[in-house]
Amino acid sequence: MIDRKWIGHAWPPSVLHIDRTRLQFFAKTIGETNPIYTDVAAARHAGYPDLPAPPTFIVAAEMDAGAVERFLAELAIPLSKLLHGEQGFTYHKTICAGDTIAVHSRITDIYDKKNGTLEFVAKTSRVFNQLEELVAELRAVIVCRHDRRT
Amino acid sequence: MIAELNEVPMKSPIFDSVQIGDELAILQVPPVNRTTLALFAGASGDHNPIHIDIDFARKAGLPDVFAQGMLGMAWLGRLLTGWAPQSQLRRLDVRFQGITHLGHAMTCSGRVIEKFDGERSVRIELRSTNQYGQVNISGEALIALR
Repeated sequence: MIDRKWIGHAWPPSVLHIDRTRLQFFAKTIGETNPIYTDVAAARHAGYPDLPAPPTFIVAAEMDAGAVERFLAELAIPLSKLLHGEQGFTYHKTICAGDTIAVHSRITDIYDKKNGTLEFVAKTSRVFNQLEELVAELRAVIVCRHDRRT
Repeated sequence: MIAELNEVPMKSPIFDSVQIGDELAILQVPPVNRTTLALFAGASGDHNPIHIDIDFARKAGLPDVFAQGMLGMAWLGRLLTGWAPQSQLRRLDVRFQGITHLGHAMTCSGRVIEKFDGERSVRIELRSTNQYGQVNISGEALIALR
């Protein structure tokens, strides 16, 4: 059982500087061929100040900072039992290379289904850029499968 | 040249010409292989070994590694940004319904299901379906249109 005391818990923000090389690598990995994601001139021509970070890239901030790893360890969810249940994004401004984002996350709920064999952790995040503008909001539900052996 | 900077050359659907029921151009991605999973682990920062280390996966009782959920969601992102510029994307929400295994060739599809006249935006239903017809990811997006 995941301790319900974590509901409402917030962690220190995860900060990530968005650099072109990383975005180009990400674009290549997901098969993105639109040049605005790899070529700065094309991005600027399309009206962006630099390469835009693809819509789902933001999640990398908490991965790189080790926040996800820490959060799973603190809630005692082993990687072997972890599944991603839901993910959502609200966008206020496109994040581009050169930006530094800070992701502030909080656990909003922990609940279970199927007599506790499945536990769910809901987390929301607010993402700010270097100008303190709210650029995105994230919603995630992660699943801990107790029917899977460790 | 300054005028060019503010120009948006990418084709964008026009609100008035988009109809409920319109389908987005399908995005078919190659079958999932181990190289893609390893590269995505590095690019996304998700180093969970369950996606890249078969020994770890077997110890967890699984036959093999499987794809990161966020890889499938990134493909749905491509479907959307291939239809309208990313700066017009307002919301993207998905539910991961089934595991995407090695060899799964995902088809990403989207359909306009609602139009909002006030804010001139459209709601799009999203699906990522494997070659066996199983929906591994379902979701919705909200896109602003001119």
